[in-house]
Amino acid sequence: MFYHSVLVIGGGLAGLRATLEARRFGDVAVLSLVPPFRSHSGAAQGGINAALGNHPEGKDDSWERHAFDTVKGSDYLADQDAVEIMCREAPERVFEMEHWGTPFSRTAEGKIAQRPFGGGGFPRTCYAADETGHVLLHTLYEQAIKARLTVYEERQVLSLVIEDGACRGVIALNIVTGEVEAFAAESVIMATGGYGRLYSRTTNSLINSGLGMALAYWAGAPLKDMEFVQFHPTTLYGTNILITEGARGEGAYLLNNRGERFMKDYAPEAMELAPRDIVARAMETEIEQGRGLYDAYLLLDMRHLGKERILERLPTIRDIAINFAGVDPVSEPIPIQPGQHYSMGGIDCDARGQTPLPGLYAAGECACVSVHGANRLGGNSLLETLAFGQRAGEAAGRYAQDRGKRNPGDTPLAHGVALKAAEEKLDGLIKWEGRENPHGLRQELTELMMDKVGIFRNKEDLSQALAQVGALKVRFQQTSIRYKGKTYNLDLARTLELEGMLDLAEAIVAGALKREESRGSHFRRDFPQRDDARFLHHTLARYTPQGLALGEKDVTITRWPPEARRY
Amino acid sequence: MDRQVAFRVFRFDPQSDSEPRFDTFTVEAREGMNVLEGLFYILENLDGSLAFRFSCRGAVCGSCAMFINGAYRLACKTMLRDLKEVTISPLGHLPVIKDLVVDMRPFYRKYESILPYLLPASEPPLKEYPQSPKQRHAINEMIDCILCGCCHAACPIVWTNKDYLGPAALTKAYRFVADSRDGAENERLALVSGPDGIWRCHTIFNCHEVCPKYINPTYSIQQLKRMAISRRLHFWRKNK
Repeated sequence: MFYHSVLVIGGGLAGLRATLEARRFGDVAVLSLVPPFRSHSGAAQGGINAALGNHPEGKDDSWERHAFDTVKGSDYLADQDAVEIMCREAPERVFEMEHWGTPFSRTAEGKIAQRPFGGGGFPRTCYAADETGHVLLHTLYEQAIKARLTVYEERQVLSLVIEDGACRGVIALNIVTGEVEAFAAESVIMATGGYGRLYSRTTNSLINSGLGMALAYWAGAPLKDMEFVQFHPTTLYGTNILITEGARGEGAYLLNNRGERFMKDYAPEAMELAPRDIVARAMETEIEQGRGLYDAYLLLDMRHLGKERILERLPTIRDIAINFAGVDPVSEPIPIQPGQHYSMGGIDCDARGQTPLPGLYAAGECACVSVHGANRLGGNSLLETLAFGQRAGEAAGRYAQDRGKRNPGDTPLAHGVALKAAEEKLDGLIKWEGRENPHGLRQELTELMMDKVGIFRNKEDLSQALAQVGALKVRFQQTSIRYKGKTYNLDLARTLELEGMLDLAEAIVAGALKREESRGSHFRRDFPQRDDARFLHHTLARYTPQGLALGEKDVTITRWPPEARRY
Repeated sequence: MDRQVAFRVFRFDPQSDSEPRFDTFTVEAREGMNVLEGLFYILENLDGSLAFRFSCRGAVCGSCAMFINGAYRLACKTMLRDLKEVTISPLGHLPVIKDLVVDMRPFYRKYESILPYLLPASEPPLKEYPQSPKQRHAINEMIDCILCGCCHAACPIVWTNKDYLGPAALTKAYRFVADSRDGAENERLALVSGPDGIWRCHTIFNCHEVCPKYINPTYSIQQLKRMAISRRLHFWRKNK
C-alpha cells in the first residue's frame, strides 16, 4: 500500500497547483491518468483573466469590475463571495506563474499582454499567443520537477476509500500493469476535470469522461448545478477542436450563409464578444432557420486581421484549421459550429475546496465552488484552476497536517476492504460475457446527450433522455469486455469510465428537467425566461441507495442583486 | 463518403507473445478521419486488445507519437485523406510495453536532467519580470514543445548512443538559456556540453523534419554550441 498525507487526483493545472501548495504542509503525491503535461488544461488557448490593466484600454479595470462581469456572465447563479476571492487573487496567481517562467506574450512596455474576451468589460485576458493553457501547464510541470513531486502516472481511480465517514484514500488501477493498488492519505483532492466526452460534439480531450465527479458522487459528495453545460460557439466543423474565443477577441467576425455578421440581431453592443451562451444560441438559431452552410455550420472570418497578426497571435489555430479542415484562415473563413466545451457544474465545494465529505476536496473543472454559475466567461477557467487549486491545496494540506501521520506500514481495514471490493468488481467485469459492446453504448449516450440535452432543451426531450439514460444503465449491466489481459487494457479502462458517464448524464438530465426556467447556458424553450422567484438556487444531486435525489442550496449574493442581463 | 483503408499495426503483448507481429485491419474511413480515429475504430469494433496512447486529439498533448508510413508523426494529426494503406509501429528506440505503447521514461529522464525550469537571476519583482516583445520572441519556437518524442526517435545519434540527451531536452535547455529572465546559463551550458550533450549533434535535421510543432531543435543545439565555444575562448583569452 502507498501512503501520502495528501493525494491529488489529476495532474492538470488545478491538480499541480494544489500539489505545489499542499507540499508546504506535508508529503503529497499526484495520481494522474496521463503524464501531467498531457492533461486537458494544455488545450486551453485564449488566456487567463486578471485585472492587471496592462492594456491601454484596461487602465480603469479593477478586480471589482472583473467580479461584476463574472457574476453577470453567470446569470447571477455564481456565489459572489467566491467570485470576489477569485478575482481579487487573480493578479497574484498570474504574476506567480510569470515568476515561475510562463512565457506570456508581451506589450511594447514589456508587460504581460492582454486581449478582450467575451462578456468582459475590459481587455483583461492575459495570453501567450493562442497556447496559454499549454505554456501554463508546462510551467507548472517544470515546477513539479523542480520540487521533485511524486507522480503516479497512468492510474485510473476506481473508488474513494471512506473510513469513519471521511475520505482517507483511493483505490486505483495501474493501467500499465493492470494491478489494483491502494493509496492511503489523510485528505484527497479531486482535480480530474470535466465530462466533455458525454457529448458527441465536444472540444474536450478524449480522456475527459468526468469519472472524478462520479467517484465523488458515489462516495457521498453531492454534485452541484450539473444541468449547466457550456457550449463553445467556435469549434472546428468535423472534429470540434477548439478555435479560441481569442480569435474574436482579436477581431474575427461570425458570418452566416448570407455573409452577414448575424450577432447584430442578438447582441448589438457586444456583437461577437457576447458571452458564450448567448453566441452559441444565436448560432444554433441561425442554423435552424436556414442561414447556416449545409444546415450544419457557420463561418469564422479573420481574413481582415492580416497574415502577420494571425501568425503572431493565432498560429496554433491556423495550423489546426489547415491540418484538420484543409482551410487556411489567412485566405478563407473557418467552418465552425457550437460544441460542448465546459462543465459549470461539479463536485459541491466551498471556496477552500472543501466538500461536504470530510477529507475530500475538489478544484478546477470537476469542482463547483461556484464561480461560474449558469455560464462561465472565457478566460475564467484557467484562473479558477490556479486560484482554487492553491486554496484547496492549502486547506487539504493543513487538514492533513492537523491529523498527523499514520503508521505507513499498516494497511488500514477500510483500505483492505475497498481494495478487495475493487479487485472483485474488475474480475467480475472481465469474466462477464454479455451481449453489449461498451463502445456502442458510449456512442448512443453521447449522441443522445447532444440531441436532447444540448443548447436548446424542452420537457419532452428531457423526459425522453431521462428514460433513455435509464435504459442504457440497464444495458450497461450486459456489457462484455473483449480483452481479458492485464497490460494496458483500454477496453476495461473505457468501460469503467462509461459507468461514471451514465450516472453523470442522469444527474445532468434530472437537473435540467427540474429547472423550469432559462438561465445562462440552460435554455428551456418551454420556459424561456429566468425565474428568480422559483430558481435562484443551486441544484444538488445526491447518490442514494434508492437512486438519484435532487436538492437545493442557496446562492450567496454579496453586492450585486440579480438584474436583467443584456449585452 | 466511406471507403476502406488497410491498417497494418505492430502488435506485441508481453503476457502472451514471444515476438512481435503485424496485424492488418480494414478500417471504414469517414471523410476527414485521421490515424488516431482509425485506431479507435479498430479498438471499438474489431479488436478490444489494441493498446495505444491518446489524450487531446488536437495535436497539443503529444501522447500519440508513432511511426506512421515511414515517419514519426502524431496519429491525431495524420489525416487519412487519400491513403489506401497505413503501416504503424511504436515510437522507436524505447522499450515496448504493449502494441503501440512504449516506456517513455528514458526520454523523460533526459528532459528532467537539464534543469527544465526557470532559475531567475534576481528576486521576483512585485509584478511581472519585464521582458520586451523582442526578448520574448527569442523563445517563441522552443516553448511550443509538447514532449511527444518524435525528434528523439528520429535522431540517428540517439539510435547509436542511448545516453545522448537528444533534441527535445537540448531544445528545452536552450529555451531557458535564451529566456531573458533566466540566470543559470553557466550551469545549463555545463550540463549540456558533456560527452552526451550538444557536441554529439551532427546537424542531420531529422528532428526538425519530423517535429509536429515545426520546431527546429538543431538550431537550438547550434546556438548552445556557439555559446559554449565563445565561453571557452573567453576563458582562454583571459588566461593567456
